[in-house]
Amino acid sequence: MVDVAWYMSLAGALFFIGAVGLLLRRNALVMFMCIELMLNAVNLTLISTGRALNDINGQVAVFFILVVAAAEVVVGLAIIVSIFRIRSSASVDELSELRG
Amino acid sequence: MVEALLFVVLGLATLVGAVTVVVARNPVHSALGLLATLLGVAVLYVVQLAHLVAAVQVIVYAGAVLTLFLFVIMLIGVDEDESREEALPYQRWIVGGLSVVIILFAGGLALFGNFEWVPAATSSLPSATNGTVEAVAGPLFTDWVLAFEATALLLTIAAAGAIALAHYRRREA
Repeated sequence: MVDVAWYMSLAGALFFIGAVGLLLRRNALVMFMCIELMLNAVNLTLISTGRALNDINGQVAVFFILVVAAAEVVVGLAIIVSIFRIRSSASVDELSELRG
Repeated sequence: MVEALLFVVLGLATLVGAVTVVVARNPVHSALGLLATLLGVAVLYVVQLAHLVAAVQVIVYAGAVLTLFLFVIMLIGVDEDESREEALPYQRWIVGGLSVVIILFAGGLALFGNFEWVPAATSSLPSATNGTVEAVAGPLFTDWVLAFEATALLLTIAAAGAIALAHYRRREA
């Protein structure tokens, strides 16, 4: 049995890569994928801790996170597409409509 | 032993996929890297006896979400010329330095501090966490039934919102 620390380290590395990608990339789609990476890292920690603590509620929580992530992707991609229709670009640096 | 082998192979595949998502210039390659990560994580769920969650992960994430990503990439075209120039030139170095500090701090804490990853973890082979449909559905429909209904509402709102966004400009024009 692999120690839970290894799973947590893997999840931490995944989260870190996702966070770095979110900071460095400008393409809204790729930034979205990085958010999915970070969500997956958190799901992995929940599954691993749930197993280490012998508690099924970790898996239930992951179930909810999956549903919320799916809803988030649907709305987010719809927003990206509607922005693309106006701006013909998926780069977040060019978006300044909400500037005060 | 089998679990250790699976962890090493799948962990590497997961990390390679994640790095591909970040560094690939073509968004399609990013999506495929994300697919590798999602499938690797799904198999890690199976290794940890979360069978239902693994199946849902493959169906919802690798099936629906990633297909949606690819659809949108095809719809808005592959934007090759993402500018790599930095509007705030020092930002990258500051973020990089801060990241190194945080990693060293967290790593030192984990290695040298009196640190427990999961306090009160049982080292015995788990029995209650065998994540079959029945085992997950039990708490889902008893303890968490309010949250379950709330996610149902959330999904309805998300679907309605996506349709509203898709029709927004047509109505305005």
